[in-house]
Amino acid sequence: MSEYIADRNDDDSSEDSGSYEEWIPSFCARFGHEYYCQIPSEFLEDDFNMTALALEVPLYRQALDLILDLEAVSDDEAEHGENGQPEVSRSLVEHAAEQLYGLAHARYVLTRPGLQALAEKFDRRAFGTCPRYHCGGMQLLPCGLSDTLGRQPVRLYCACCGDLYVPAQARHAQLDGCFWGTSLPGVFLQHFPELGEYVGKRPVQSYSLRVFGFGVNERAVSGARMAWLRQRPSTEEEWEEYAKCEYEMPTEVS
Amino acid sequence: MEDNMDGMTDSSDYVEMWIDLFLGRKGSEYFCDIDPDYITDRFNLINLQKTVPKFTQVIQYIVDELDETVLESMSHSRLEQLENDARKLYGLIHARYIITIKGLQKMLQKYRDADFGRCPRVFCNSQPLLPVGLHDVPGIDSVRLYCPACEDLYNPKSSRHSTIDGAYFGTSFPGMFLQAFPEIVPRHPTKTYVPKIFGFELHKQAQLARWQELQRLKLQKSLEAKNVDFSKNGGYK
Ligand SMILES: [Zn+2]
Ligand SMILES: [Zn+2]
Repeated sequence: MSEYIADRNDDDSSEDSGSYEEWIPSFCARFGHEYYCQIPSEFLEDDFNMTALALEVPLYRQALDLILDLEAVSDDEAEHGENGQPEVSRSLVEHAAEQLYGLAHARYVLTRPGLQALAEKFDRRAFGTCPRYHCGGMQLLPCGLSDTLGRQPVRLYCACCGDLYVPAQARHAQLDGCFWGTSLPGVFLQHFPELGEYVGKRPVQSYSLRVFGFGVNERAVSGARMAWLRQRPSTEEEWEEYAKCEYEMPTEVS
Repeated sequence: MEDNMDGMTDSSDYVEMWIDLFLGRKGSEYFCDIDPDYITDRFNLINLQKTVPKFTQVIQYIVDELDETVLESMSHSRLEQLENDARKLYGLIHARYIITIKGLQKMLQKYRDADFGRCPRVFCNSQPLLPVGLHDVPGIDSVRLYCPACEDLYNPKSSRHSTIDGAYFGTSFPGMFLQAFPEIVPRHPTKTYVPKIFGFELHKQAQLARWQELQRLKLQKSLEAKNVDFSKNGGYK
């Protein structure tokens, strides 16, 4: 984790030496930050949206000021402060700002404008496409497996196969999943029902092992055991069985 | 394209063997080395003669037995053609070789080194993958990757692999491989994902997940009745 912070600060110092840059656009434009949306400052300025985040992030006020470019620290001060003190605290504030931005981001992406911003990124394949062959390049959505800082890296959800994947690029695979949150795919699917309709209409395709054109015997160790994972009800009988699964697992397994 | 040139200048010096140069190229990570004895045995090449022009010359080129004066007299475009034909023929021989006992052993080592990458599916826990073609005829589709844990097909992550012809691995390879090494077959993960909103599962997705779980339990029950042991390889985690 400390390497991670040091890395980010390196990036900063090069940026700081140049002309003044707004924090949010430059944070989102950083290499590896392609999954982040830009949060409008009005959202961050509204105390209601930021409720309880002060409890989760240290140096909350300074961090927020940094994000909103309200902090009037000149390059001079930052670099030549007494005993190097301001520089240390600046890197702490910077780290806190990144955490705060991430936690606010998880909230923002569940709002109407946030979902819209996410949908535009989704359309541009900003989160990549499903690596599963039969999903035919379906766009992915980021998904957290925990809503607590530092627990689980971000994963990607495919609405077509309904499965979760590790980001293809190593630079994305370690982003904190709580910055997108556990509710994101669910809220996205509810907000854009046309996505569910679209994937519902796609033909269900699957693969099974073949040797010289023949299937593998079901009793063999390598016999098919996972067809259920990609299966959808298709026959009348299966749809009846599916109806029985509405609230619980049917007790009798025939 | 630049790789093309590299391959040629070096191989004409005979500093390195063509096969080693080919395998050392970026993008050749999925291929194993084929014994020259296998390549020169006509019996193994049945029905491949028509896949490239000047078949015998291409074979000699692959195993570094083509006379240097012949190579030197070739035009630039002819050399380029020869190099491309050699790669194609090596690939087609490769598809046959990797389902022989020796070839399977070589691919086992590559599988253990995860040379074919790992399954991107979260619940497969970085399971190493196996290359597979969806066609045995070249020029139709590129190589795909088979996961022995979720039994599904994935696209290679890198574009340098996603352009390799699937026929260079063939449709039977993963099936042959897992039959030859049943100890490699993992126990399959049963965990699945259901989208949630503030902790509550989406209704439709949860219903489907229950139905799928029901299908899994039915399969297990029917196979257990046929004496399949689910606590061993090929069972469920
Ligand atoms: Zn998918
Ligand atoms: Zn898998």
